[in-house]
Amino acid sequence: MSFPWAKQYTPSHPFMVWMDEKLPIPRLIYNAVGGGYEVPRNLNYFWNFGFLAGLCLVIQIVTGVVLAMHYGGDTRVAFDSTEHIMRDVNWGWMLRYGHANGASAFFVVVYLHIFRGFYYGSYKAPREMVWLLGVVIFLLMMATAFMGYVLPWGQMSYWGAKVITGLFGAIPLVGETIQQWLVGGFAPDNATLNRFFSLHFLLPFVILGVVILHIWSLHIPGSSNPTGVEVKSESDTVPFYPYFVAKDGWTIGLFLIVYSLMVFFMPNALGHPDNYIPANPMQTPAHIVPEWYFWPFYAILRSFTQDWLWFIPAKLMGVLAMFSAILVWFFLPWLDRSPVRSGSYRPLYRKFFWVLVVDVLILGYCGGSPAEQPYVLIAQLASIYYFLHFFVIVPIVSSIERPDPLPFSITESVLGHDEAAALGTRA
Amino acid sequence: MAQDAGIDTPVVSDGDGVRRRDFINIAAVSAAGIGGVTVLYPLISQMAPSADVLAESSTEVDISQVQPGQAIKRVFRKQPLFVRNLTPKEIAEANAVDVSSLRDPQTLEQRTKPGHENWLITMGVCTHLGCVPLGAGEGEVKGEFGGYFCPCHGSVYDTAARIRKGPAPKNLEVPPYEFSSDTVVKIG
Amino acid sequence: MIRIFSIAVGLFFAGALLWSLTLDTIGLAHDGLPKSAERSFHEHPKPLALSSDGWFGKFDRKQVKRGFEVYQQVCASCHAIQHVAYRDLAAIDMGEAEIKDIASKATISAKDPLTGEVKDRPGLPSDHFPPVVYAGQGTPPDLSLITKARHGGAAYIHSLLTGYTTQPAELLKQFPDAKTPDGLHYNPYFANLNIAMPPPLTSDGQVTYSDGTKATIEQMSTDVSAFLVWTAEPKLDKRHQVGLWWVGFLIYATVLGYLSYRNIWAEKKGH
Repeated sequence: MSFPWAKQYTPSHPFMVWMDEKLPIPRLIYNAVGGGYEVPRNLNYFWNFGFLAGLCLVIQIVTGVVLAMHYGGDTRVAFDSTEHIMRDVNWGWMLRYGHANGASAFFVVVYLHIFRGFYYGSYKAPREMVWLLGVVIFLLMMATAFMGYVLPWGQMSYWGAKVITGLFGAIPLVGETIQQWLVGGFAPDNATLNRFFSLHFLLPFVILGVVILHIWSLHIPGSSNPTGVEVKSESDTVPFYPYFVAKDGWTIGLFLIVYSLMVFFMPNALGHPDNYIPANPMQTPAHIVPEWYFWPFYAILRSFTQDWLWFIPAKLMGVLAMFSAILVWFFLPWLDRSPVRSGSYRPLYRKFFWVLVVDVLILGYCGGSPAEQPYVLIAQLASIYYFLHFFVIVPIVSSIERPDPLPFSITESVLGHDEAAALGTRA
Repeated sequence: MAQDAGIDTPVVSDGDGVRRRDFINIAAVSAAGIGGVTVLYPLISQMAPSADVLAESSTEVDISQVQPGQAIKRVFRKQPLFVRNLTPKEIAEANAVDVSSLRDPQTLEQRTKPGHENWLITMGVCTHLGCVPLGAGEGEVKGEFGGYFCPCHGSVYDTAARIRKGPAPKNLEVPPYEFSSDTVVKIG
Repeated sequence: MIRIFSIAVGLFFAGALLWSLTLDTIGLAHDGLPKSAERSFHEHPKPLALSSDGWFGKFDRKQVKRGFEVYQQVCASCHAIQHVAYRDLAAIDMGEAEIKDIASKATISAKDPLTGEVKDRPGLPSDHFPPVVYAGQGTPPDLSLITKARHGGAAYIHSLLTGYTTQPAELLKQFPDAKTPDGLHYNPYFANLNIAMPPPLTSDGQVTYSDGTKATIEQMSTDVSAFLVWTAEPKLDKRHQVGLWWVGFLIYATVLGYLSYRNIWAEKKGH
């Protein structure tokens, strides 16, 4: 945004001049996602997921607001009103399936966005704040998705609510009080459903606010890029409009094709059959699992089967570990001290990154499987790697690793040479 | 090649090439626009009455128990409906009125079905501001013209449920209906 | 400093996990992998082909209507379909008079809008199927959503209905405690192998089809499975139809978008 060669917004039409004086929204848009935002020219397709995540948030808010026009947040009618949406409301089936699968699509996109950050070191200075806000968004998303899943008040809704609020019971001394305060009773009931509906409606707008901060903080240093080398000259960047509008634009189409195939042809593939059974506090389903996007963290939670150091109960360890597994991301910019950002120039880190990808996939698989052997053993091994990776390997590797030579500039990495910049800077 | 690397160079090519390229960009933006507008349709349509509401848009009323001079209330589209069996005297009263003197000129014949002139079927919704007029229930005030009386703002309807006095602009609405048989009326 | 602290925390968690892992491995070596009758003898549903399957799938309305007849004559005495309204039957080619007739045979307990008192009255097309009061033990589930509420969907229903058998001797040999209790019935497709519902389809011709189809057990079971797919997902036809058009349009728009992208980036080297 602030590169000296970025184009300035110059309204020509008298109305736009007037508007620019009174309320410069066109200028804001121009500088944020228009011709005034200079972006590294070498971004690969992994840089598209931020834009797509924004699209997912819009899809969720729009479908969510219209669904709320038909849904009844009361345990007596919640399940039936959901079926009313599916059967009687005009296009209700499409809106609900779109919202349910939209949550999954959102997480797919955001996970790819996060792992892009891990590989390319996007969390490093000067973009620490972008990263911190991103982790906040992810936490808010998890809370929102969890509460949304409770709303149809099916069996998985109820038991999901019971199990997850039960986690807070693991906190020493005040756990039970906190748990009762959270659900507004001794077990999830009408009070729980009502507050979850209210918060589920509110939080997406909070997310939207944090997303705006996330983008704002990104625009101060500008986007990172696959080489991790900072922008040096005008030949390193292209304006967001039209170049990245076109690139993001056509991948929106690609995304919508995959998303629509889910919505129209396999809308229940990622759901769980038990949630088509109305909530029954007297009977737990045989195999309760959260939605797929929580599986890796659920596997970590369940891996702690034994009390530790004679005084920390297994339940408390599981809860601590599950939250630490995400909270550690907040410290990543300071745990990874390597001066090189991109994994492409970090041979050792790159290997551990791919181990982490496989590890998280294994954790996800185990989290979605029943809590029995051999899944528990596999999940325990995978959890050990997960903790070692972020808490131990990342700090140590970043100290001992010898990175590959970096390209002189972005232009050089793209074209193989960069005479213009070389003349300007090296002379 | 090296000299213009990364610098915006205006495309100078023959007119034909430029036109074809512009055409693709315009087509792509139009397709996105069409897609956007298409998505609006279900988002707007979802607010229209749903299938369960539409299923109640017609009602059958059994009128076999309604004696001359009596009226019954029923529910039609979530609003009150008056079904009244007029006596010969009430019919005569209604027919005696000079139609041209009425605020909403209509004859009793226009407000009933041929062969069933004694059955006056109207909405129980005052045309002024939507209150339910009195006169259909057992022992309710029928007003000075023997029809219906709306207590909210004092509109008075006659035996053909035509507005005769008070602020209401129109006669009580006659919903679409037909006689399925002599004793069953299908409203809506 | 933060890195030393972090390594300590990481080892703390890894240690706890290693401790759990060690004790669990000892436990596993001692007990072996879990074994149970359900694990060894539960069977996955037999494949069932219905016209509603696949991306181009559409309901076979005649079959769904036959399935409704099976439901009415066999299932309806114990199982409700409360999410279905009588008016919905119009979608499987039933006329207004027929729907009215079916609805009027039901007794609906509803609030009288004039007096506010709850009274029994004959059903109307706008009513939903009423709840079924089951006199025996247990609670037969509502069937409206059953094909979405069970793994395997329609294939599961079909397998379950035709899967009743005597308990295999092999099972009792391996798990002597797992004998089917009195009052339950052995069915390898049911999650815990022993189901309370007695075999509902017992003989050919049990149902009289209005279209004259021969009512074999296989036929009745397939038809009622197709019906229950419809009750669970009545908008399936429309969903597939709209989906094909929409995805077709998206592919067209995406190709245009891609060409436009290539076009715009054409002058940028290295792409």
